[in-house]
Amino acid sequence: MSEKDTSTSIELLTFQLAEQEYSLDIMSVREIRGWTKTTPLPHAPSYMKGVINLRGTVLPVMDLSERLGLKPQKQTDRNVIIVVNHDDVMTGLLVDAVSDIIALTDDDLQPPPEMQASNAPNVVSALTVIDERMIRVLDLSSIVTSVQGQAA
Amino acid sequence: MSDPNDPMAEIRASFFIECEELLEALQDGLQALDDGDDDPETINIVFRAVHSIKGGAGAFGLEALVRFAHRFETVLDEVRSGRMSPDTTARKIFFQCADHLSDLVRISRDDGPLPDDVTAELLSSLNGLLGDAGIEEDDDSEEENIDFQPATLSLDLDLGGDDDDDGMGLPALEPDTSSDDGKFIIYFKPDNDLFETGNEPFHMLRALEDLGTCTVTCHLDELPDLDTLAPENSYLAWTIELETEAQEAEIAASFEFVEGLCTLDIKKKATADDIQQPDEETATNDASTEDTADETPDVPPAVEPESDQQPSGEDRSAPEPAMTSADSTPPAPKATAAPARQSSPTAAKSVVRVDLDRIERLVNLVGELVINQAMLAQSLERSGLSPHSDAMNGLEEFQRLTRDIQDSVMMIRAQPVKSLFQRMSRIVREASAAVGKDVRLHTEGESTEVDKTVIERLADPLTHMIRNAVDHGLENSEDRVAAGKPEQGQVNLTAAHRSGRVVIEVSDDGGGINRPKVMQIAIDKGLIPADASLSDGEIDNLLFLPGFSTAAVVSDLSGRGVGMDVVRTSIQALGGRISISSTPGEGTTFSISLPLTLAVLDGMVVQVAEETLVLPLNVVIETLTLTDNDVEMVRPGAHVVRVRSGFVPLFDLGKELGYRDPVQNYDGSVVLLIAHEDGSHAALIIDSIQDQRQVVIKGLDDSFYRAPGIAAATILGDGQIALILDTSDIITNAIGATGMATPQTTSGATA
Repeated sequence: MSEKDTSTSIELLTFQLAEQEYSLDIMSVREIRGWTKTTPLPHAPSYMKGVINLRGTVLPVMDLSERLGLKPQKQTDRNVIIVVNHDDVMTGLLVDAVSDIIALTDDDLQPPPEMQASNAPNVVSALTVIDERMIRVLDLSSIVTSVQGQAA
Repeated sequence: MSDPNDPMAEIRASFFIECEELLEALQDGLQALDDGDDDPETINIVFRAVHSIKGGAGAFGLEALVRFAHRFETVLDEVRSGRMSPDTTARKIFFQCADHLSDLVRISRDDGPLPDDVTAELLSSLNGLLGDAGIEEDDDSEEENIDFQPATLSLDLDLGGDDDDDGMGLPALEPDTSSDDGKFIIYFKPDNDLFETGNEPFHMLRALEDLGTCTVTCHLDELPDLDTLAPENSYLAWTIELETEAQEAEIAASFEFVEGLCTLDIKKKATADDIQQPDEETATNDASTEDTADETPDVPPAVEPESDQQPSGEDRSAPEPAMTSADSTPPAPKATAAPARQSSPTAAKSVVRVDLDRIERLVNLVGELVINQAMLAQSLERSGLSPHSDAMNGLEEFQRLTRDIQDSVMMIRAQPVKSLFQRMSRIVREASAAVGKDVRLHTEGESTEVDKTVIERLADPLTHMIRNAVDHGLENSEDRVAAGKPEQGQVNLTAAHRSGRVVIEVSDDGGGINRPKVMQIAIDKGLIPADASLSDGEIDNLLFLPGFSTAAVVSDLSGRGVGMDVVRTSIQALGGRISISSTPGEGTTFSISLPLTLAVLDGMVVQVAEETLVLPLNVVIETLTLTDNDVEMVRPGAHVVRVRSGFVPLFDLGKELGYRDPVQNYDGSVVLLIAHEDGSHAALIIDSIQDQRQVVIKGLDDSFYRAPGIAAATILGDGQIALILDTSDIITNAIGATGMATPQTTSGATA
């Protein structure tokens, strides 16, 4: 559907977190919802905002800024919850605002430079530049699953 | 079979589902026999189950299954006819055979490699039971003498038919029938019903061809003109001249699955008489027979109910064969073949098989309905309508209906634990044989109903516990005799409903937990400090620690040390709890307590620190409003409430959940008095009670965070989510935090 079919094309949903731009593969995004009050879970890590009712199912919501170690953001009415599906598990990610959907090819993505301690989960899987802005492509699985070890 | 478009695959699948039921009936019957039930009907049930499996297996060409089932059946027939009495040895072999039969069914289903050596071994045991007669008998699996009719009919046949049976089952009478190798003339005319049940004449004709040389003539006389032809009717008939060495009964067996659904006449050419015998009885007592002319052609009743059990998928294929045959070409092989359609032996009531997904969907929808109803109720209340208005009355009715619907839906999912228990009896047999102990499994409460998902997920932990009981729990027979106990060990498996939960207990009458030894092992393995002083209960709980194994000799049966902690994890994953109690010299009891259903709960809705929470109503025994005088301090941070019956530890729910700082002033606080099935009590401080209502349990996805003290969640009338508390967990955690009830250092023994 695009001329850039020479390599696999990928569509990314970009959004803002603490004035930075991040993105997720749009195939893992199920829907985007406005902010609603969450029911907090006792003794949960601070990035676990709690659970919300998503049409009859219980959806856990985490604050993505806090999850990534950014400073928690003030709640505004532009806050949205991106509902993502990873391995058939639905999770809500609270972000500051959703910006755009961009289409890229694999060639446009660069691997992030090695700079983290090797044992830290690599949450940013790639980087790309759009209109002179750097956009971080997040690796959903490390965001959603690596918590398991910490909680157990 | 992997091809999803293969019409056979579906029928095949339903055959295996049926096999499961039959195997269950088989186990049941054998168990009854073992318990001393000498009702002739019991052995009949056993016999019919094996027979039906064999019949079905034949239709799918599952040779190994047929062969084994046939021999098993032959032996059972001996018992049935009273020529052999099932003594202990025989019963043991029967059990082994039943187990093996179910293995074979499973292997056939998965197309796995066949355990031929086991089969051979068991076949020779069976032959041993039969004595000389059995060994001579040939293996021809299609030999058929007994019919799988509903119970009453079968009994009738027994009374009159014993002698006939011999002709088939035993070689003694064989000369009667084997003297001829001749020509048979078979007249075969399918009824309309034959096609409706998915049978296919082509396969029968082909089966005949296997027996010998066939000359088939198709009769088209009845075929109407095309414009008057009803595609679903059967107009064709065949005459088959068959030159074969096979017995008449073998020929009849080819038509076994369509008896009652066709007009069938098998005549020996030489002695052909002109009697047209309707077939439905041929397979039953034609064994040694000369055609009995007095059979009346009353076709449908005996077999009719069977067709009701057809999976609906077959129906659409029914008209097809009729159409093709109307073209006077041989029926196309693409049509479905004859599935083994037998009504399950005990099936007096009609049963519908439903895909679990559909039920799941229904359950979810009903859940939505309940939530919606709660929302409606809330908004009506807010609108300020008079409680006696029509709308409010209607709402009440609506509420009642919703509840009824919900109960009925839950009943669909509920299943008796019987199937699970039967699997366990096999585990006991195998485990006891492996360790050379004589063990008897005693089960109780088999009819206790539990949610299907729970049953499925219980199998593994229960298997492990049973093996443990046999291997570690029970002493070997010398020790038992020395301790003055009967030589045969006993393992009990019981299920019961208790205070809104299902309690399943596995107990043995063995030596009990050797606590000093357990302690020593835990210390050796560094699980507890060497100077730890633990209560008996705490020592018992050491068994649940990861990496603990008590068996001095690690057998291949259990004792790899991955056991009980895995069991506990899987039980907890089901929302259940496991506890252990043991008396030295008398045995050990593991008790699993599980939620009845994973779907609904009678709950008490309370408010704590701005949050709405739900407690299971069945744990709340009393609500109180405290005054200062009621509360006593045991030591700083640990308080008790004085209730009539004594002192009850007091916890602040808001604090335990981390929602707020502890309440300082208890005067006027509302507390809930909680009692658990283990007899423990506690008082929980809450802010206010809002409601008592049925709530729909929504699973909390705990894949990345499991909140302590929270069992699940529910959706309230306003669309908000409320958490459902696991009070027992909360209190355990609270005790762990304050050390209130455990003055000793526990060092993670209960963690």
